[in-house]
Amino acid sequence: MLDLINPSRIFHWIDKLINFINSIFFILLLIALTFALILSPPDYLQGDSVRIMYVHVPSAWIGLASFTVIALLSILNFIFKIKNFSLITKSIAPLGLMFTCLAIVTGSLWGKPTWGTWWVWDARITSMVVLSIFYILFILAHKLIKDEGKAYKASNIIAIIGLVNIPVIKYSVDWWNTLHQPASIKLDGTSSIHTSMLLPLMLMLLVLLLYCALILLMKYKTEIIRIKRKNIKRI
Amino acid sequence: MLTKKVKKRVSFLSLLLIFLVIAVFFILKSLTSNILYFKSPTDIQLSQDIISKKKIRVGGMVKKDSININNQEIEFIITDLKNEIFVSYSGTVPNLFLEGKGVVAEGILKDKNFFIADRILAKHDEKYMPPELTDLMKKDVK
Repeated sequence: MLDLINPSRIFHWIDKLINFINSIFFILLLIALTFALILSPPDYLQGDSVRIMYVHVPSAWIGLASFTVIALLSILNFIFKIKNFSLITKSIAPLGLMFTCLAIVTGSLWGKPTWGTWWVWDARITSMVVLSIFYILFILAHKLIKDEGKAYKASNIIAIIGLVNIPVIKYSVDWWNTLHQPASIKLDGTSSIHTSMLLPLMLMLLVLLLYCALILLMKYKTEIIRIKRKNIKRI
Repeated sequence: MLTKKVKKRVSFLSLLLIFLVIAVFFILKSLTSNILYFKSPTDIQLSQDIISKKKIRVGGMVKKDSININNQEIEFIITDLKNEIFVSYSGTVPNLFLEGKGVVAEGILKDKNFFIADRILAKHDEKYMPPELTDLMKKDVK
């Protein structure tokens, strides 16, 4: 198993996987967008602006999940010093930042017609902004610190500190009064979204996850190439 | 398998995380009144020191059959099913401002039962469904 993710012999299956995702990605994207934009019904209150949710919700989930993965890998990396994990976290971070910002922007676009305002400083939205700041700090640690060992150490610590923010985001809508509505899909699987709207939501989640996998693999490949160019045989 | 170094790092990390969680907990706890985006009518009834000049937000449900629109202002009642507060507002309301739905009003409290709003936000709930379904539900009720 560990031999399979050994960066030195990873190329033959990374390229295969990238090609495979490329071949199904656009078809799935078309199907998901057809469901989200045309086939699914408008909401009984929000009308067509409900369609923003099909991008907003998966983006927010991916933003949260990416940071959780980064933080957990950082913890393992901090304890066991597995350099491969640094490459993975470094490759996930820009994706996570992009989806967090996408969630904030689409949320703002949805807020104007629904709430009547572009922006409020309620607990959910503010904690999402804090998450994006952690992403930026994490990426800046890699960009600004020249010494690689120190950069990895700093970014690990940032990710571990940021982990505390994740449950705050998740439960902010339950702990405090917020303008943001509570979760529609609970952790125990119950959902207050009608099936005809749940289907496009899940399709969009699948498509965005595939997009993440695609970009992550490409970025991971670049990181390995960068290391190999420095003539380091083993990682 | 676990070397001394690894054990040291594990204990350092667990201490760091415990410290962080406690610190964040106390920070958030002391900031609760600022984090709360709005107060419910019950909070207002219970609170002692309401500064009448300061802007606050009151949130809850728009009481059924309480919206009264004349050409100058909109009057309605915000309720949390225990206490109520009367709101007067002049201006445009968002599309989702409806009876029986969530609302947040921003403005100045005249007294514990009367609130003058200068901004109304609609609070959406977590339910999403197509319009045909609500028609069916209304028929069932009738």
